[in-house]
Amino acid sequence: MTIIKNSGGFVPRDRNWQPAALTPQYKTSVKRSPQAALLSFPTTLSEETNPVFGHNMLGDLDNDLIHNYAASGESAIGPRIIVHGRVLDEMGRPVPGALLEFWQANAGGRYRHKKESYLAPLDPNFGGCGRTITGEDGSYEFRTIQPGPYPWPNGMNDWRPAHIHFSVFGHGFAQRLITQMYFEGDPHIWLCPIVGTIDDKAAVESLIAPLDMHRTVPMDSRAYKFDIVLRGRRQTFFENRVEGM
Amino acid sequence: MTQKLEYLKESPSQTAGPYVHIGCTPNFTGIEIYGEDLGASMKTGPVKGQEITIKGTVFDGTGTPLRDAMIEIWQPDGEGLFNSANETRGQADPNFTGWGRSPGDMNTGEFTFDTVKPGAVPFPDGRMQAPHVTFWVVARGINIGLHTRMYFEDEADANAVDPILTRIEHQNRVPTLLAKKEGDGVYRFDIRLQGEGETIFFDI
Repeated sequence: MTIIKNSGGFVPRDRNWQPAALTPQYKTSVKRSPQAALLSFPTTLSEETNPVFGHNMLGDLDNDLIHNYAASGESAIGPRIIVHGRVLDEMGRPVPGALLEFWQANAGGRYRHKKESYLAPLDPNFGGCGRTITGEDGSYEFRTIQPGPYPWPNGMNDWRPAHIHFSVFGHGFAQRLITQMYFEGDPHIWLCPIVGTIDDKAAVESLIAPLDMHRTVPMDSRAYKFDIVLRGRRQTFFENRVEGM
Repeated sequence: MTQKLEYLKESPSQTAGPYVHIGCTPNFTGIEIYGEDLGASMKTGPVKGQEITIKGTVFDGTGTPLRDAMIEIWQPDGEGLFNSANETRGQADPNFTGWGRSPGDMNTGEFTFDTVKPGAVPFPDGRMQAPHVTFWVVARGINIGLHTRMYFEDEADANAVDPILTRIEHQNRVPTLLAKKEGDGVYRFDIRLQGEGETIFFDI
């Protein structure tokens, strides 16, 4: 019998588009980068399956960083923004049910973390994390404050552009991805050694969210659009050979 | 000119950075918004199969343990079935999620997963693979998450015919993928990012 699967293995990663492991301008990568070649093989069920996250696990304020850590009646300080977009695969198909987790510094560029030493103050009403799950069309949305840029120990005067970290689960563990969203017009983007781990200018640009005036809430919040693309799966009628061919 | 293929490009990865725990295990950092951190527990009730504990540490190229990493594992249940929407071969143990996430110990960086010994899963060509657990490691200084697999040193017969282990050119590196039995039901799987004993990582 011929088995016809709906989808085959995941398309291999384009390692020229993705950052290399060893990027000396980002100093921490020097001793944390594997030196041997990665072992390539086709994805198996271990990579083509993924845990399922249901919408019922989400709390009402999980996607509202302005309020999810704030005292009752208060809110986080900073420019109010909505971040929205879609999670798609390389074939352009929406990825519904994708878990997105995001974290960021506050408006002054300070993280709520015991190892963080930047002198900008903590905002007592801002925790800095949130999460959501994409809808049937792959869309998502959350509300937050625009994070500030901040200095970090690498060179003597390196600053991170304002950014929001994203962790993404798609439909297969092979798609697992962590990345960062940057903001249109930030001059720090092109100075940053971490951004610079990506060689391809178009690849960097794919992480820069444009201002989206169509999705602003007038007199309330501006909006930025950030689409995320995960690896696609091959279509595979011929993956399992029809007998006699 | 030809027609355009019009595929999209995968979003480029960026390092998880030093504060990945804020986003992925916020309770561990003292930010209590969600209740329990996701992946902190892989069992939601009594599970089938042999319960085991996996411990390990991630080391950098100088031999220093990472204390700011996040380690995730993904595996089938004791019978080789995944608790996943893409599992079409049968119903996995409903009390076992198959997915774990650990920020490591605050002081030592050691991760611990209380899980079950995974059953075998077929390779795309139908041959059975040796039992294994998929690992994914991110941290400051890691630009794109590192995939690897943990196999079991006490599954020598299955390992000897595993479709992936047998195609590794440098067979003297295979032991970097084998968990060592430390006690009854306890396995150690240390991960070395670089240098002597560097773990084999996968472009998967």
